[in-house]
Amino acid sequence: MAASMRLLVRRAVRLSHRNITLTAAGAAARSGCCRGPSVCRCFSDEAEDRSTHFGFETVSETEKAKRVYKVFENVAQKYDIMNDAMSLGIHRVWKDALLHVMHPQPGAQLLDVAGGTGDIAFRFLEYIRLQEERQKRRAARSSQTPSWQDISNNYSTEDESRESRAVVCDINKEMLKVGKQKADSLGVSAGLSWVVGDAEELPFDDDQFDIYTIAFGIRNVTHIDQALQEALRVLKPGGRFMCLEFSKVNNPILSSIYDAYSFQMIPVIGEVIAGDWKSYQYLVESIRKFPNQEEFKGMIEDAGFYCVKYYNLTGGVVALHSGFKL
Amino acid sequence: MWLRIQRLNQQRFVLTAKAVCVHQLHTSSTEPASSSYNGLYPGHIHTTPIQKALLAVGSGVAALRDPYRHDMVAVLGEATGHFALINLRDRMRNDPEGYTILTERPRIRLSTIDVAKMASLPEGSFGREYVRFLEDNHVTPDSRADVKFVDDEELAYVMLRYREVHDLMHTLLGMPTNMLGEVAVKWFEAAQTGLPMCAFGAALGPLRLNARRLQTLVTSLGPWALRNGLRARFVLNIFYERRWEQSLEDLRQELNIEPPPVILSAAKKMST
Repeated sequence: MAASMRLLVRRAVRLSHRNITLTAAGAAARSGCCRGPSVCRCFSDEAEDRSTHFGFETVSETEKAKRVYKVFENVAQKYDIMNDAMSLGIHRVWKDALLHVMHPQPGAQLLDVAGGTGDIAFRFLEYIRLQEERQKRRAARSSQTPSWQDISNNYSTEDESRESRAVVCDINKEMLKVGKQKADSLGVSAGLSWVVGDAEELPFDDDQFDIYTIAFGIRNVTHIDQALQEALRVLKPGGRFMCLEFSKVNNPILSSIYDAYSFQMIPVIGEVIAGDWKSYQYLVESIRKFPNQEEFKGMIEDAGFYCVKYYNLTGGVVALHSGFKL
Repeated sequence: MWLRIQRLNQQRFVLTAKAVCVHQLHTSSTEPASSSYNGLYPGHIHTTPIQKALLAVGSGVAALRDPYRHDMVAVLGEATGHFALINLRDRMRNDPEGYTILTERPRIRLSTIDVAKMASLPEGSFGREYVRFLEDNHVTPDSRADVKFVDDEELAYVMLRYREVHDLMHTLLGMPTNMLGEVAVKWFEAAQTGLPMCAFGAALGPLRLNARRLQTLVTSLGPWALRNGLRARFVLNIFYERRWEQSLEDLRQELNIEPPPVILSAAKKMST
């Protein structure tokens, strides 16, 4: 209740801010006190014309959404191969670390936003499966000679306990298609669903999920604060927000190696393997435009999460941010 | 002095291109992304020497592993062909027909050539044989990759012209687009242009041929292609678009190209 109130207040503040700028524009136009074309343009902007960054380029916000969609549509088929080639396989370590910190228990409901090819969801289901096996073994060890009554109880409780579920949500249909194909080839289907949706406006009710993850997706979102608010909305009270994202490397030597590698090698790898230089140029530029660990932590706290902390992986190349809805 | 003029020209191109780009960003955001380019020509991507070296190695490996990746062969050509392209451009400038091509910049695409009209030309004419080649081999002139990594606008056109004229080489030499035909054309082009990518393809292409075809290549097709490549008139200096009605035999004689010693069929396209 408090969360939705906070959300409404925020939306009202944002709308009123927009109204103020629009009425100022009206006033300015009527009184003819335009000080120059650039100032006028700024005042009479509507939401669609506000500019943002697309890598190192400046584009309008609608343009950014379209171009990001195009990028991922182009790279979807080769996405996993490229991840392995670009990070030399280290992305698997990062995603495994996310699962270890998450430590999900059987019965957990996961929402993986920008989950595209399903890496996090598959790991989640596998982790839970191992947890369940471990629990069963522990239970079996402690009751070595069960009575017939116990055995029949076990059979009935298996259906009653809440099954864990992983929902993969992505705005891009091509990425979801690749993810579904992967699921089919791995033979994973139970407890997995694929939903098309926008992180800024999730197609789910309030208080639905135990864990919300977004891995290497939030920097592509046009309004990060809106995505954070949506995350707060769909999480249950006590639910956890977890975000894996590329971040700032503080060590200067590592930073210069990382920059050289990013800008010299990654577009080349993109051209050779995926035939697409520009998409991977966008990728390395968008990493540089994303806020650093502390700033992003501040944004998560502003959205209303508590106990926000971050873990640096690989010297700060990747940061794992975590927060709770209380 | 010549280099300085070239560099000034390049800077002028960069400045005008940037001005165009800025103008377009401010006027409309609905135009497709490709129109607001910030290179020397549409599709140009700036690369450092290190990146060009990496591209050359990477695309070479990729092309070897999968010869049907035409985009990788194209990238290899662009990353390694700088000096050869300068030589080609100079040869075009010194020839009257070549100079006309450099100034008029013709393109061979389905939108610029009238395929129906060419198909109605008499048998044995260059245009008719070209259309027959396109149909038999199921290729289209529109599938050539764009030039991306050449850092000079005129050289980029020379590279593009070379790429678009490649199919016409097939027609002139009577070679189909299977592996053997492509290698034969590569030997011819390597002798004609000196592009490192052609030499690379000519040297390593035969590795993918079976024994029988390799024999054909080494005994008759290869020497024929090399011989003709060295003695023929420079193929980039011909304004093909004005010669569709010319008979193929006549054109071959004018260019000093012998007809092929072996007739290869286009039917076996997928096998090597």
